[in-house]
Amino acid sequence: MRGMCTTARSVMTLSKHGSAPIVSTTLHINDVVGAWRMRWGIGRMTYTVQPGLYAVGKPDHASCVLVSANYKLTFDALRSELAGLNCRLLILNTRGINVWCAAGKGTFGTDELVARIAGTGLADKVTHRTLVLPQLGAPGVCAHEVTRRTGFSVVYGPVRARDIKAFLSSGLRATEEMRRVNFTVWDRLALVPMELVPAVKVSAIVFGAAFLANLFAARSFGVLDAIIYAGAVVTGTVVAPALLPLVPGRAFAWKGWLLGLVWTAGLTWLNGWFVPEFVVRAIGYLLVLPSLSAFLAMNFTGSSTYTSFSGVIREMKIAVPLIALSSVVGILLILINGFSSR
Amino acid sequence: MKHRYLTNVSTLLLTEAKCCGCGRCVEVCPHRVLRMIGSTARIDDKDGCMECGACAKNCPTNAISVVAGVGCAYAVIVGWLTGSKPSCDCSGGSECC
Repeated sequence: MRGMCTTARSVMTLSKHGSAPIVSTTLHINDVVGAWRMRWGIGRMTYTVQPGLYAVGKPDHASCVLVSANYKLTFDALRSELAGLNCRLLILNTRGINVWCAAGKGTFGTDELVARIAGTGLADKVTHRTLVLPQLGAPGVCAHEVTRRTGFSVVYGPVRARDIKAFLSSGLRATEEMRRVNFTVWDRLALVPMELVPAVKVSAIVFGAAFLANLFAARSFGVLDAIIYAGAVVTGTVVAPALLPLVPGRAFAWKGWLLGLVWTAGLTWLNGWFVPEFVVRAIGYLLVLPSLSAFLAMNFTGSSTYTSFSGVIREMKIAVPLIALSSVVGILLILINGFSSR
Repeated sequence: MKHRYLTNVSTLLLTEAKCCGCGRCVEVCPHRVLRMIGSTARIDDKDGCMECGACAKNCPTNAISVVAGVGCAYAVIVGWLTGSKPSCDCSGGSECC
């Protein structure tokens, strides 16, 4: 039987929430700045809250228990959707990782949940025996095993925290839309900085190598070379994720390669490099840069919400050798052009 | 706009004879791959499966099997280089999910 716990603001404030800390449902400026820092990967692995039991509003013995992860970005996303509710949050120790990734690793898992229920004495604080878990916790949690070991039944709530109120008020029923994972252009763009930051770090080495090469090169590398390279990086890390479903084909590497080819061919033509003096370098760029975009776009599979392990393996077995071969030949051509006197 | 990945790759298998009709797999699937037809679950969109493993993990009768894994190229590369199973624990957990 569903809907066995209540969330309505209790008129009789029983204040049975005991020693559990009460959390605010509004975010402070520090939380907003913290979220921005996380998106750019600054201090990302230590953005945690203490695992355990928290109170929202004034929960009583019949109030809902929502289970979540101890990544502060997750915790903030959840609590900011709970204004006006009385409920408890059971926060698992996922070592500062979001619910879905932690479920994949097993840290948002059956054992941790069972141990956390026992450790917080939850069974003595509520009279019902229902836990609401985020649906994306399901890869790590075996619901029937939790019930067998603790007596608590598991109801999987919506994918997104913003649907939690509608889910609770409809008697723990999720619509099809609440159950489906999306990957909107905004979802994708939010992940772009974490693609861009490591690529920029590696690019510093590339620019350093080009600077050194210029000390000896017959035809030096200039601003136009820097632009065509940087554009290929941006194509793989920003443009490909942003345009993902619009680019023809299915493999991420293919999508990145296609966009990289358009960029590189376009810039090479605009720069007037299809002339005898530069054509070897132009061909070199056409071999290297679309491959670079392909590689970077392929890495976005890790950020995507719909790529399977088997699919990624299939894609990589074809793409990685081609990327490697094309890059090696391309780099050789660029060096030959740069260092040959004719 | 709907995202579609490679076709005919998913390792998802459902033994309908073992299905108890609880609907748990349909509840947990993030891509609505499974559907209840009467009192039995069916695979409705196998190519939509991302092999997260939620359905198999929550099936009380072990009617579902899937080789769950991370659909992440970077994790696969790290796995190839280190000879370990690809996981989200890349680079010592410094820059990953």
